[in-house]
Amino acid sequence: MSTATERHTLDARIPDGPIDQKWTRCRDEMKLVAPNNKRKFDIIVVGTGLAGASAAASLAELGYNVKAFCYQDSARRAHSIAAQGGINAAKNYPNDGDSVHRLFYDTVKGGDFRAREANVYRLAEVANNIIDQCVAQGVPFAREYGGTLANRTFGGAQVSRTFYCRGQTGQQLLLGAYSALMRQVSAGKVQMFSRHEMLDLVVVDGKARGIVCRNMVNGEIETHAAHAVLLCTGGYGNVFYLSTNAKGCNVTAAWRCHKRGAYFANPAFTQIHPTCIPVKGDYQSKLTLMSESLRNDGRVWVPKDVNDKRPPSDIQEDARDYYLERRYPAFGNMVPRDVASRAAKERCDAGFGVGETQLAVYLDFKRAIEEQGRDVIEAKYGNLFHMYKKITDEDPYQVPMRIYPAVHYTMGGLWVDYHLESTVPGLFVLGEANFSDHGANRLGASALMQGLADGYFVAPYTVGHHLANGGLKEVTTAHPKFKETAVEARNRIERMLSVNGKRSVDDIHRQLGNIMWEHCGMSRSAQGLSTAIEQIRDLRAEFWQNVRVLGNGDSLNQALEHAGRLADFLEFGELFARDALQREESCGGHFREEHQTEDNEARRDDENFAFVGAWEHKGDDQQAVLHKEQLTFEEVKLTTRSYK
Amino acid sequence: MISPVKKNLSLNLRVWRQPSADIPGEFRNYQLSDISPDMSFLEMLDILNEQLVESGEEPVAFDHDCREGICGTCGVVINGQAHGPDNETTTCQLHMRRFADGDTIVIEPWRARAFPVLRDLVVDRSAFDRIVQSGGYVSVRTGQAPDGNAILVPSQDQEEAMDAAACIGCGACVAACKNASAMLFTSAKVSHFANLPQGHPERKKRVLAMISQHDEEGFGACTNTYECEAACPAAISVTHIARLNREYMKAMLTSKE
Repeated sequence: MSTATERHTLDARIPDGPIDQKWTRCRDEMKLVAPNNKRKFDIIVVGTGLAGASAAASLAELGYNVKAFCYQDSARRAHSIAAQGGINAAKNYPNDGDSVHRLFYDTVKGGDFRAREANVYRLAEVANNIIDQCVAQGVPFAREYGGTLANRTFGGAQVSRTFYCRGQTGQQLLLGAYSALMRQVSAGKVQMFSRHEMLDLVVVDGKARGIVCRNMVNGEIETHAAHAVLLCTGGYGNVFYLSTNAKGCNVTAAWRCHKRGAYFANPAFTQIHPTCIPVKGDYQSKLTLMSESLRNDGRVWVPKDVNDKRPPSDIQEDARDYYLERRYPAFGNMVPRDVASRAAKERCDAGFGVGETQLAVYLDFKRAIEEQGRDVIEAKYGNLFHMYKKITDEDPYQVPMRIYPAVHYTMGGLWVDYHLESTVPGLFVLGEANFSDHGANRLGASALMQGLADGYFVAPYTVGHHLANGGLKEVTTAHPKFKETAVEARNRIERMLSVNGKRSVDDIHRQLGNIMWEHCGMSRSAQGLSTAIEQIRDLRAEFWQNVRVLGNGDSLNQALEHAGRLADFLEFGELFARDALQREESCGGHFREEHQTEDNEARRDDENFAFVGAWEHKGDDQQAVLHKEQLTFEEVKLTTRSYK
Repeated sequence: MISPVKKNLSLNLRVWRQPSADIPGEFRNYQLSDISPDMSFLEMLDILNEQLVESGEEPVAFDHDCREGICGTCGVVINGQAHGPDNETTTCQLHMRRFADGDTIVIEPWRARAFPVLRDLVVDRSAFDRIVQSGGYVSVRTGQAPDGNAILVPSQDQEEAMDAAACIGCGACVAACKNASAMLFTSAKVSHFANLPQGHPERKKRVLAMISQHDEEGFGACTNTYECEAACPAAISVTHIARLNREYMKAMLTSKE
């Protein structure tokens, strides 16, 4: 297998100068492609969520020829659509003291000081442009009566900086980006390939020059060549089987790039979201998030008495433990997600959990409804309450919601430098698929911000710089590397179809999910992680001996699609556990039992672990090698995160 | 809240099976037992598929993704109703507690000329993308936008725009319509932009182009039966079709293009 030219050091290409001038300076120094030359360059964009759709549209507007790919039947269905709560920006419209610096600081702190300062600052800087852009596209953000934009508060912040469209912000932002994308399709600048799944990256002379993908309708293996490839394929939360991700979300594109030379950074950094509808039965196929915005008005509690099994309406105020308000008086119910999740787990482990499974806490709107009226609450969260009732058959206007943490977002991803370029030159990684901005924990309403920042305002400049730099010789799909990579992809499919074992894909995926949740979930230990590594290896071996995929590769075959994704999760899961094992500290969503304070808070180790762990693939039969990008903090002081 | 113990269900399914677009399909019968009432409809289909794989029959292909009612990917006709019997509910949010032990459930794909069946319950809805491509956008390039608050939008207009913009593009309106009209889908986009100042410069061009594309795709005309509204999981009202008609009429009479 060919790999990219090795880079021996991880050079993040962070521009010199004061932090608030880095991006301006970088833009001023980047090379440009002249308008009449842009049409000579082809760019592949994989994934059409916020990052992919915004990048594809923006690059096409500039004049590049774009090919956009998504596995869904329409670009509009990418999972960004499910984001509920909102998008952050430091507009300071509420006049409550917000600034670019504060947004930057909150994001670095929220990420428990494991993100790269320069990237986060740029994110905070361009966030305001995102709001403007989306408004201009016709995104119907909530408004005040005077017609100005409204804001609400999200976790980890003491200002109101979150813009929102009811409980459907992701949907509206994605439809905005999608409409821009469709406009470019109509202009002939974007060729759209829906129901296409990327199966591999084609690397020629050390550079990313194309992809291999499968047409999911007729099974054809296609190759596409380009001058640059943008991976905007989202996160890998489905390695846990149960997560808030869409069923189709997968790690395949990122993992295949990793195997072609792209380093995978911080795979263990996973966000377990505190407010999800609890698991019900073995048949459960996915978990549903209840937006963090609900914590603006909802109060989290469990009974004070461990033996109190009365229905919530019978439990009086003085018998309730509003444990977030008690432990973290400064932030109360609005502590960051990792803190809220761990606190819920701690209460349930101690026996205070509620509901049938005892793995749930209450999220109560009684006071908010009394104070503000049902109408106001309905206007803010109507669709979420509706969804909750549909799933649980309980009315949250009458009884408190029951919630429990669930896998939601993955901060880890392919390593990228300041230009969002991976260790394979010409391969750019945007949005959740990269690792760069959220450190060890992402704050609410920051995923939408990052996806759109990368796509609208970063990649259009940095990709141009790569193209203008020259050295890209003409490569077409006739190049032997394309044929070779396509044959490898086809062989993997044939191999999966020929196993003809006894276990369904779903069944094996569930088992992988159990291993991950048990040992790599909210609480991790060296022993558990070592066990996980062994169990994942065994399960991987079993997959290749005992999976049963019916049908053939030449037609629409959903089990085959799922099998391919699972095969990659079974490789990726091991790297995940290995990364969690090497990180002998607790930070953000990564909680190692060996490293906690007396009151069970995370104990970070800045002396030894203030680095990005970037893994290099060395071959299927060899262990991945860890490279470290040391994080330097010039603007923010490393402190113990406190929300008390 | 302690809910009463609910009995698990045994069901007779009649499911449309069709190997590909060019091979005729047929209904096949399957028996399922021990289905929990708390299961979602798609989880019930997952169980069916597990059972089929075990018996060596290829699983039923059906579109689905987010399973939380927002992506618009899922959608089948259940006992003659698009997305099944519940109001304002996608197939993935329909739960088995809605059915009784011993029920027969007939499951078919969306039926419309403009939505050809690809396999089993999976249809091709790319016609919707093409309708949006014809004009369902505001022509603004990245980087051109003025400050967000430079464009004031009365709260009421924004609310109405949002009501329309909530469309998830699932296609239930088409499946429910006897004419297989996509007028509710098209009107939702037209109405979203007609309610906002950002949409005004292109409002005439937009409505004319989108209607023309709608017709070209083979969707039928609207005859005001309102089945679309009844089937819509996102509660898109037919008043948007009324607005579309006004927009269309105005554009027809006054457009300079």
